[in-house]
Formats: sequence, C-alpha cells, structure tokens
Amino acid sequence: MELKVTDLAVGRGGVPVLAGVSFSLTTGQALVLRGPNGSGKTTLLRTVAGLQVPMAGQVHRAEDRIAYAAHADGLKAALTVAENLRFWASVFGQSDIAPALAAFDLEDLVERRAGQLSAGQKRRLGLARLMVTGRDVWVLDEPTVSLDTASVALFADAVRGHLAHGGSALMATHIDLGIEAETLDVSGFRAAAAQMASADEAFL
Amino acid sequence: MRALFFRDLALALRAGGGFGLGLAFFLIVVVLVPFSVGPQSALLTEIAPGVLWLGALLACLLSLDRLLAVDWEDGALDLLATSPLPLEGIVAVKAAAHWVTTGLPLVLAAPVLGVLLNLAPSGYGVLVLSLALGTPALSMIGAFGAALTVGIKRGGLLLSLLVLPLYVPTLIFGAEAARRAAQGLDPATPLFLLAGITLAVLAAMPFAAGAVLRVNLR
Amino acid sequence: MSLWEYANPVKFLRLSERVQPWLWAGAAICLGVGLVWGFFFTPDDFRQGSTVKIIYLHVPSALMAINAWFMMLVASLIWIVRRHHVSALAAKAAAPVGIVMTLIALFTGAIWGQPMWGTWWAWDPRLTSFLILFLFYLGYVALWEAIEDPDTAADLTAILCLVGTVFAVLSRYAVLFWNQGLHQGASLSLDKEENVADVFYFPLLVCIGGFVLLFLALVLYRTGTEIRLRRTRALMARETRSATLRAEEA
Repeated sequence: MELKVTDLAVGRGGVPVLAGVSFSLTTGQALVLRGPNGSGKTTLLRTVAGLQVPMAGQVHRAEDRIAYAAHADGLKAALTVAENLRFWASVFGQSDIAPALAAFDLEDLVERRAGQLSAGQKRRLGLARLMVTGRDVWVLDEPTVSLDTASVALFADAVRGHLAHGGSALMATHIDLGIEAETLDVSGFRAAAAQMASADEAFL
Repeated sequence: MRALFFRDLALALRAGGGFGLGLAFFLIVVVLVPFSVGPQSALLTEIAPGVLWLGALLACLLSLDRLLAVDWEDGALDLLATSPLPLEGIVAVKAAAHWVTTGLPLVLAAPVLGVLLNLAPSGYGVLVLSLALGTPALSMIGAFGAALTVGIKRGGLLLSLLVLPLYVPTLIFGAEAARRAAQGLDPATPLFLLAGITLAVLAAMPFAAGAVLRVNLR
Repeated sequence: MSLWEYANPVKFLRLSERVQPWLWAGAAICLGVGLVWGFFFTPDDFRQGSTVKIIYLHVPSALMAINAWFMMLVASLIWIVRRHHVSALAAKAAAPVGIVMTLIALFTGAIWGQPMWGTWWAWDPRLTSFLILFLFYLGYVALWEAIEDPDTAADLTAILCLVGTVFAVLSRYAVLFWNQGLHQGASLSLDKEENVADVFYFPLLVCIGGFVLLFLALVLYRTGTEIRLRRTRALMARETRSATLRAEEA
C-alpha cells in the first residue's frame, strides 16, 4: 500500500512553513528529507504522523500505519529496558520484543534501568521501539542523533530489514546511512509557503 | 490501555514516583488543623468531616501537575498520540491510575485521621463511602485541568486556579454527606447527588480532556 | 447579506466603529437618567430606607455579570463550530468586563447587606454563587494569559468556558442545597407579584438598559483592540517572513 501526500501545506502557529509538498512512499521505499535547520522538516514529519493538522492538502492512507520517532524517546527512567519496550509493544498490540532487542544490541542491557543508560544506548532503545510497533511506515526525525558509527550501522541494518519486509521509511537525517533511498529537498517548498496566506492574514 | 494503566502504577510506586506524598500531605494538613483552631475536642468533632474532605481534596490536587506533564516532556505523549489508543482513553486511564495511587490511599487513611480530629463514631462509614464516591471525580476533573495546562511551563499554580472551582460541587455534596452522618442525620440525598456527579464526570470529562489534549499536541 | 459577513475582522471593525459612538451615548444617557431618577426622585423604602437605592447599581451589574458569561459561552460555541476569530476575541474581550461586573455586584451587595442583615458577607447561596462565578472568570482570564499561540488559547479557553458553564450551574444548585440563605427573591420576574414596586421598577429598567449598552460598548471597544493586536502580529510575521526569504535569495 502506498502512502501518498498531495499538495500538503504545513505550518507552525498558523504561519505556513512548507507548501505544495507531494510525494508517495511505496512498499520497500525509503525517502530522506533534506534541508537546513528550521526549514520545516520536523513540522512536515509531525503532520504526516497525524500530530498536526495540515493547513492544506492531504495525507492519504496513513491511518494506523505510522510509527513515529523524534528527538524525545518517551523512555521512563524508572523502568528497565525490557519494561519500556514491552509497554510500547502492548500499546501497539504486539508481544515479541526479542527481535528488537537483538537488532539494536540491547540484550545485555534488558534488566538495566533506562535512567542508567548512556545517551546513545537510550537512543538505540528509542529506535528499537519502532520494531515492536508492528507498523509499516516509519516516520523518523533525526534518528541518528547521539549514535556512534557502530550504532548507526545497526540502525541502517534495522531500516534495511524493515524495508525488505515490506515496510517503508520517511526520515529527516543529515548523514548517509548507506541505504538506497530517494531524497527530497524541502527548501524548494519554502517559496511556495511564502506565497500562501497565514491564518492571521484575515486581520489585514 | 491496560499496559498504560500498569505502567503508570509502576512508575508511581518506584523510586521518584512520588507515591505516598499525597498521603503524607493529607496527614500534615490534618495535624496542623488543631494547631490553628485549638484543641477543644467538641470543636474538632464539629469540623472534622469538612477538614478531612478539604485535606483529601488538596492532597489530590498536589500530584495533578505531573499527571500528564511528565509524559509531555519526555515525548511519550506524542508517541502515545500516534498509537492505536484514543486520547480520550489515554486521559481516562491516566486519571484512573492517579486515583489508585492517590485517591484510594486517601480514602483508606481518612478514618485513621478521623480519630485525630475526634470524628463522631457515626461518621466513619459515610466519610469513607463519600470519599470513595467523590475522589474518582476529583482525579478525572484534575486530569482535564492537567490536559489544559500541559503545554505551560510552571502551570501548577494555574492548574489549581482552574481545577479548584470545578471541585466545588463534589466538595459540597461529599462534605455534606459526611457532616450529616456525623451528626446522626440521613446522608442518603447528598450521597446520591455525589454519586451522580461522579458518574457524569467519568462519562463526559474524558471527551473534554481528550479534545483539550489534541489541541495542545498540535 | 448574511450576519456571518461580519465574521471578517475588517468588516467587523468597520461596523463596530460606526455603532460604538451610539452605544456610548446611549449608555451615558440611560445611566444618567436612570441613576439620577433612581437616586433622587424615588421615595425611600419604608423598611429599608434610602439604602434600597443601591439596587440601581446592584441588580444591573449582577445581571450583566451572568449575561457576560453567557455571551462568552455563545461566542466560544461559535468559535468551536465556525472558527471565526472575531468570535474568540470577543469572548476574550468580554471576560474582564464580566469580572468587573461581578465585583461591582459583590461590593454593592456587601454595602447593601451591612445595614440590612448586619453583616458585610454571609455565605448565602446567591452571594456564594457569585463568588464562585468570580473564580471561574479568574481561571478563564488566567488561561488566556498563559498561552502564547492565540488559536491554541482560543480553543482551550472555549472548552474551559463550556465545561465551566456546566460546573457553574452545578455549583449554583449545590450551593442552594448547602445553605438556604437570606437573600431576597429576584427583584425582577415575569410574574408581577414578586416584583419591586413600580416607582422603583421603571428607573431600574432604564439603569439595566444603560448597563447593557455600556457592556456592549466596552466589549466592542476591547474586541477592536484585540483585533488590532492580531493585525500587528500578522504584519510582524509577514515582515519576518519576507526578510528571511530575501536573506535566502541573497
């Protein structure tokens, strides 16, 4: 099934940031968003994930298919690695957390409290959460922050495996993961957004 | 939903979760009352039901500002919002966990603290019953207030300002039932009204809180 | 030509500026006539003496305290259903006016109550209800102030207004149940027997009309200020956007 975004306009606080965004994401495909800081990648990802309402345009066939991961991992310091993962698995109606632990090399840490993990380990746990959601579209905002080279390779393998199993991924990242992926530069959509009226324009 | 409920319970019970703080606060408030009004046992007997209700209400308020703010700050709320759980259900479950970790201990501790305030013997049963009926509404209304103020830094004081007026009907009927029983009168009417308010709050408030949370997440 | 055309801020502002002088003048005339008539040309009540004359401030302000909240409720509903910014801003503008009306009602009530009941304050159901209404107003205004994004603030305060209305009504009946009270019955009602005597009645009506006009004028004036604030915000946003675009092109 193909996730399709048509003529999407997204904004922050009623001011359009990007407009006229269209792309589609088919099975097995990865799409990487590029653009300088503050160019609206995060806003676009949040809108695709359904956390924000689009200012215009539509996101088709996204309901109950998206696993979203951003800078904040939503980990609970007082719970162990296994407990954190198991919680998210059961929220998404899944039960098996072993493959996710293996994929991100967390097996030796299962009984460790999340609060005692290093930043990179926390990040790995946050990304392992994607694998226990059972969702087929991964929407990732800067997934490799605070990961070392070895962990980035683990993450790239996980994404590759996800794509091979019929999943797809939409991510904003600056580093090359070595995954065959199309890129979409969001800077081009900023000019279109500048032409669009902001929500406050009615007051002028 | 069940996983969320048990996670919240576990988080509250583990170190740093703040379980028991509300209870300790309740105890301290009740202990301070005789210092402020004097030790005459007749006076304490008269005001005991009201003081116990007010103490329970304030203790309930104490932990509300962390109810959703923790999940908001560490990003868990965003992730929950993209999960299959409806936001209305998430708020309701979190309110339920808040009640079990805060409201229920208060209900159980109230008769013990009633002894300190020389509560009339006929009042104990109805005091516990009225608190058991009323505190779920306090948690749910509080969850609505927490959802309103979740995006605001240091929203704790504002939360109290918003939530306390909404507590008025529950407090009136709850304390009235306990007072009537302590004076040997029939507490049935205020108890029924209290139960009615709680049921209505439990039925309708999750939708208001969910709508508010959706606005705040966007 | 539908009423909703005035949901456009610019059109609303133009109309409201045309209407406002009439409202101010009407309010001044009504209050001038009503208060002078009421204070100096009505007889003293045979039981309450001249203290009864505070009724010309007390009753209209109490009425407007409730009506202001009701207006905020309607405006909030319009915002939720039709997303007209003017509606949300009108609700925001009405709240402080409502607070002042509530305070006037509470203070004049205290001044009236002192000689009548021998106390400035009693936990009478009506007085208590107004105090609770005052708390709801405070919470509503505080929530508006606490949130930066105006549309988020409008949404949240609108829902708070709906929930608050339900709880305010609930509190009213809870308070009635809690204490039966000593406040006299309504001063005005449709069945004539309960009403105050005719000599007091007509100047009172004029005063109420004056308060309504004053309220409308104040709300329109404040809504205009809020609209201009949003206009400034929109202009500044447009300015920063074109500045960043120019910088990017360069």
